[in-house]
Amino acid sequence: MNEWAKKLGPLLGLLLVVALFSTLRPRQFPTAANVEIMLLQTAVVGTAALGMTLVIVSGGIDLSVGSQIALATVGLATLLAHGWSPLAAAGAVVMLGGLCGVVIGGLVTGLRLSPFIVTLGMWGGLRGAAKGLANETIVVAPVTWLNDLLTALPPDQAWALVPAGVWLTIALAAVVAVLLRSTILGRHIVAIGSNEQTARLCGIEVTQTKLAVYTLASCLAAVAGVLQYAYLTVGDPTTASGMELDIIAAVVIGGGSLAGGQGSVFGTLVGAVIMTVVANGCTKLDLPNWVQEIVTGLIIVSAVALDRFRQPRD
Amino acid sequence: MRGIRKAFGATQALAGVDLRVDAGEVLALVGENGAGKSTLMKVLAGVYRADGGEMLVDGRPYRPRGPHDARRMGVAMIFQELALAPHLSVAENILLGLEPSRYGFVRRPAMAAAARDALRQLGRPDIPPDAAVASLPIAERQVVEIARAVATGCRLLVLDEPTSSLTAADTRHLFALIHRLKHQGHAIVFISHFLEEVRAVSDRVTVLRDGASVGEGETPSMPDARLIELMAGRPVHDLYPRSPRAPGAVVLELDALAGHRKPVSASLALRRGEVLGIAGLVGAGRTELVRAIFGLDPVRRGTIRVAGHEGVGAPGRRWAQGIGMVSEDRKAEGLAVALSIADNTTLSRLAGLGPLGLVFPGRQAAAAARWVAALQIRCRSPHQPVQALSGGNQQKVAFARLLHHDVDVFLLDEPTRGIDVGSKARLYAVIDDLAARGKAIVIVSSHVPELLGISDRIAVMCRGVLGPARPVSECSEHGILAEATGAA
Repeated sequence: MNEWAKKLGPLLGLLLVVALFSTLRPRQFPTAANVEIMLLQTAVVGTAALGMTLVIVSGGIDLSVGSQIALATVGLATLLAHGWSPLAAAGAVVMLGGLCGVVIGGLVTGLRLSPFIVTLGMWGGLRGAAKGLANETIVVAPVTWLNDLLTALPPDQAWALVPAGVWLTIALAAVVAVLLRSTILGRHIVAIGSNEQTARLCGIEVTQTKLAVYTLASCLAAVAGVLQYAYLTVGDPTTASGMELDIIAAVVIGGGSLAGGQGSVFGTLVGAVIMTVVANGCTKLDLPNWVQEIVTGLIIVSAVALDRFRQPRD
Repeated sequence: MRGIRKAFGATQALAGVDLRVDAGEVLALVGENGAGKSTLMKVLAGVYRADGGEMLVDGRPYRPRGPHDARRMGVAMIFQELALAPHLSVAENILLGLEPSRYGFVRRPAMAAAARDALRQLGRPDIPPDAAVASLPIAERQVVEIARAVATGCRLLVLDEPTSSLTAADTRHLFALIHRLKHQGHAIVFISHFLEEVRAVSDRVTVLRDGASVGEGETPSMPDARLIELMAGRPVHDLYPRSPRAPGAVVLELDALAGHRKPVSASLALRRGEVLGIAGLVGAGRTELVRAIFGLDPVRRGTIRVAGHEGVGAPGRRWAQGIGMVSEDRKAEGLAVALSIADNTTLSRLAGLGPLGLVFPGRQAAAAARWVAALQIRCRSPHQPVQALSGGNQQKVAFARLLHHDVDVFLLDEPTRGIDVGSKARLYAVIDDLAARGKAIVIVSSHVPELLGISDRIAVMCRGVLGPARPVSECSEHGILAEATGAA
């Protein structure tokens, strides 16, 4: 029962904010067009947050996702500009992302550095790499079908309900959810986050598992980068600055614990949607940006405080 | 195990230990802290590699490369700090690392069935395999951990002080479980500080001192006095010394004190020059009572009077009023383990350790050195970090803080839990000396013989209610247990 309360908490929060904005702006907020906009605004953060869920459940953190996303947009634009096919370019970018993850995981496990420090370093390093690759400017690339991934659907394609990029996020979420819940790798990730000593004692390959976690997370960040490129239609080395905090916030609002062992894909997605809804709703209420930032801050803290309140103290 | 040796730097932790345990037998391993029990067992469980000697399991050479390797070869250690993943279910914990799977997917029904089997084998089919471990009481978590060892096919189990956080009833259940395992043909090594437990559960006993086995025999053939003598290396005549004490004025008075949930009601009058023991089961509210007096937990009703001052107070005010407390949790609360002996000793009273409010490390060390000598704290220097000391010596540092502060009222919560006989004897002597010099002492303990040995009066706490304090001459172990369990 407690498990369910935990699962439903974020969902109730989401229903609450949706109901609030729908009441205040019944004409502009709960429309099909606005829902589509909110979902495509969530896709980038949501996709990256899937990887962050794995990292946080394993007891780690990744502060470099924003930089990874920026690097991915620049890398993708550069490859497209060199005449690569969209699919090959996107694939290469995701592989490169995986490589970043291998480096992060290697530093965390090989040198036994804390993930906070390693990814703080990567946060600066990868941002710099993105700027260097882009010559500190925006990289323009020819228009391809990638640009349509996150554009509102034209009326003749309304049968798809939402743009392909949103479907991609949903599909990846399903895969990651099954991975975390029902595979050996997933259960080992939870075990490591819950009690790393025990995991080691029981013969779990902690090093390999963590490498897998950071590699997967960075691949997902690169996919988020591809979506961000689709959203921007250019490669921008300064994009997604500070987005890592939104991504972490999505996981935390969704019930993830920074101490590890706790967090769910469903919760994370709900957390990501809550943040978009708040941003969108505040805009619809003509509230200035700063109000919206304060509200988001309050939601992050109160979500975790409520969670603490619900849980029986040991 | 034959001739096991292990050194850490210049310290020879194990100097050639021999140990034998047979299938279907419980061997008790006893010795003071620092005698090498834990080190020896960590060598056995593959946590440490021995420098010399050999180990045989079923007559075959046994050289584990790590704890996991040891488990594969049938040797498992149940550590004091339970090694479970609290967020996973019971079944997942039992089969961690051995999950039944198909194509990388966990087969939950098979996992639940295997977990149920293991729990049934331990006589605990009542523990649900799908419950989250975090929701189980500590005693059941321990069963889960033992179930894991059994499920992985371990035949030699090492239990390192398994009763240290259990209630009396849970301890009895655990002993029943140990007997069960024994009759199933498992070999068990049982480490404990409590001789009565050794007697209740073991067939043979081996005594370790200074990294060597100094005595071994069938448990019934080893009287307590003989075991203590072997452990301490000298005859211990008076574990509980008792100087003439003269009760003086009342310094601490409680009237119907009630806290958030516990205590429900506590009244007492503590006099100078007396040791008041508080007995009761784990969870009776004894710790909460002490914490409420010291201002760490909220007080809902009732009054606290300290040497004429009335009212609640934060810990800072209590120190100023001359009350000091030793926490039951010395690692998490009692001590800042990364800091030095000198820092920990002087933490509550840094004034006067230098001019103009400055704190001179030299003076801190000098202040601490006095208590290091008085309490016989074994260390290299007062600047040594507390975490490098053994449990008994750490506890002496926690005690030294009260002495440095020169408090009048000592609140001691389980001050001798998990510490060796030598350190205990030292603490008892100090407590006796303090009482003789007119200090007032409240001691909470789950170890009734200890309370009977050192207290002048004993009050029993049951379900948050503190009973009347009776002179120790009118108390018996049986009577106290009856009152603590609500049977009286």
